[in-house]
Amino acid sequence: MGGHGPSADWGVDNASDYKAKLGVYMFIVYVIIYTGFIVINVASPKLMGIILFAGLNLAIVYGVGLIILAIIMGLIYNYLCTKKEDELNK
Amino acid sequence: MIYIASPLAVGIFIAFVLGVLGLSSFFARKTQTAQGYYAAGGTIHWAVNGIAFAGDYLSAASFLGICGMIAFSGYDGFLYSIGYLAGWVVALFLVAEPLKRYGKYTFTDALNFKFNSKGIELAAAISTLIVSTCYLIPQMVGAGDLVTPLLGLDHHWGVLIVGVIVIYIVATAGMTSTTYVQFIKGGLLVVFSTILSIAIFMNGINKKPYDGYHDFKNLTATMTDGKVTAVDDASYKVLGTVKNDKGVFVKLEKDGLTTWFTASEKDGVTTVKEALSFVKTGDGKELFNGAAKEENKFYQVGHASKLVMDGKEVESTGALNPISFLSTVEQSEVVRFTKVLFLDGKDTVTLWKQNPTSGKEIMKPGLKFKVDKGSTFMSKLNFISLMLALFLGTAALPHVLIRYYTVPSPKDARKSTIVAISSIGFFYVLTIFMGLGAMLTGVLDVESSNMSAPLVAKFFGVILFSCISAIAFSTVLGTVSGLIVASSGAVAHDLITNYLGIEMTDKGQVRAGKIAAVGIGIVAMILGIIFKGINVSFLVGLAFAVAAAANLPSIIMMLFWKKTTSHGIVASIFVGIVTSIVIILFSPSTYLDLYKTTAIAPIPLDNPGIVAIPLSFLTLVVVSLLTQKRGGVAKNV
Repeated sequence: MGGHGPSADWGVDNASDYKAKLGVYMFIVYVIIYTGFIVINVASPKLMGIILFAGLNLAIVYGVGLIILAIIMGLIYNYLCTKKEDELNK
Repeated sequence: MIYIASPLAVGIFIAFVLGVLGLSSFFARKTQTAQGYYAAGGTIHWAVNGIAFAGDYLSAASFLGICGMIAFSGYDGFLYSIGYLAGWVVALFLVAEPLKRYGKYTFTDALNFKFNSKGIELAAAISTLIVSTCYLIPQMVGAGDLVTPLLGLDHHWGVLIVGVIVIYIVATAGMTSTTYVQFIKGGLLVVFSTILSIAIFMNGINKKPYDGYHDFKNLTATMTDGKVTAVDDASYKVLGTVKNDKGVFVKLEKDGLTTWFTASEKDGVTTVKEALSFVKTGDGKELFNGAAKEENKFYQVGHASKLVMDGKEVESTGALNPISFLSTVEQSEVVRFTKVLFLDGKDTVTLWKQNPTSGKEIMKPGLKFKVDKGSTFMSKLNFISLMLALFLGTAALPHVLIRYYTVPSPKDARKSTIVAISSIGFFYVLTIFMGLGAMLTGVLDVESSNMSAPLVAKFFGVILFSCISAIAFSTVLGTVSGLIVASSGAVAHDLITNYLGIEMTDKGQVRAGKIAAVGIGIVAMILGIIFKGINVSFLVGLAFAVAAAANLPSIIMMLFWKKTTSHGIVASIFVGIVTSIVIILFSPSTYLDLYKTTAIAPIPLDNPGIVAIPLSFLTLVVVSLLTQKRGGVAKNV
């Protein structure tokens, strides 16, 4: 992915390779955790019923966790991308 | 269920719609160029665009469908929330910035940026049209369902109202007004869902949800030779027993009213439990719980049969917090109402029987998607297929992709995606509270799960109900406008201007787009009426599968695999569309819900994702490798 856009009016973005690579890594991390959720449901559904804490079971903690994780990872990704953009696009 | 429209509800609804139309007219005067029409001039602030994403994305399926599914099947509805949100991870990490960098108006532009191929222009435009149409159907059906309780109108009026308003919005102002309408609605939906959830927490859970909640009778019966002969309440007269593979059903009469009960035996004692019934008699009469519809004997339902808080049984919990709310449901037992259909002589009986379900089962997957009790290989495969389609569908939806062109730069595209993930994620966490709240406050209409969230709002007052319903309705408006802008872009920009090479002035392009919008709007209205009565969330799940199979392999491979050729992209788009649609047309659900036949469907899979998406990827790889030397490889830019 070495390409930059067509005569784009926001100029050249030196951080785009870094951002693309970071995006792929973070995507893989999320895919592994999401796949874990599906695998537990299919292979060992009883596990989803065990209570983890405060009366909440694994299904709720994992499910809500996947949603919150997406938000947190999004914020981290944005922070790292913005930092790199400021560094490389002076 | 009978709904009486309140003047306040009608007033709030009309005010909302007028507000939306006013906003559109205001922006119409500002939209003169093609860039303005399709991409809002690329001048939308990322924060506004982010909330507008939420407005686009939190469609009828999310608010009505998911809450309804949770209210009827517990955690299984929440699986949609998890999958829909996870899809945004694909959009953010892989697609958002590059797609913005490569495209101008539509995702076809981005896909074609490296190749400049007529084939891609045609394939991507057709795919945009087909995916948009698949996604439009559930929106229109949802709109039709919603106007019934809100305005007391028939289904087809809802479809027509949405169609006409949307055509007006889109044909006047295009993407700018669509964006601001989405921004306002997305924001309001999240705010009002929060208010509704807080109201549910403050109310807590009560074994008797409200004064006047129907007291369901459980009677002890005498059973002789498989037939119920008497019950322990002398005011009831036994009229007959129906025994079939679905259970034992008893017809009882009291005060001239015939009602149905279900019989069960435990430790030698037979108990009959009151059910809700809809009977279509041999001579064409329709009876709701034994009486004509106007007599209003059909109850709203949903209550806990055992309420346990911190290990102790209670009648009422008082105010709860989000965590104690969930743990109380987990420990308690809830009466769900499950539907059975059988014949009693010449009468067709639809019965919703009391089905006490332990909180443990409600709070984990399995009531709708069989992964545990009663699961088969196919049912597990369907579950995996659905989760795959939801995950990969989002980043392939045309009306989501088009929103990347409304912001000024790739950086803004990224930031607006993060605003979208945060607001949409927050909303999806609330769906479990709204759904379970509806399940436990005695408000469910067993005939339509789609209405669960608005009905629980009604429990807290007609103002909250009217606002939530009006927002839900305008959410449909917004999603439909987004889809129609995307499809009109496919017709006017991709097909007419680029593929056919017809030279048009900037004004001509805008006019072609508007004419296309009107045409697509009319098609959407017709389909919305034809598909009445089919589950909204189910239809959206299918639209996601078609989108993921048709578009995602090309987008991902174009960005990340250098050997991708234009032939590979075209083949993958067509294989994705054809496989997913063929599987849907021959699936068990389509046979049952659309063709209404009991014949065995030739393909045992309900969601095509697991077959169509990998096949589309594979096609792209194989065809690309075969066509390396034919000049279809991307120019090294």
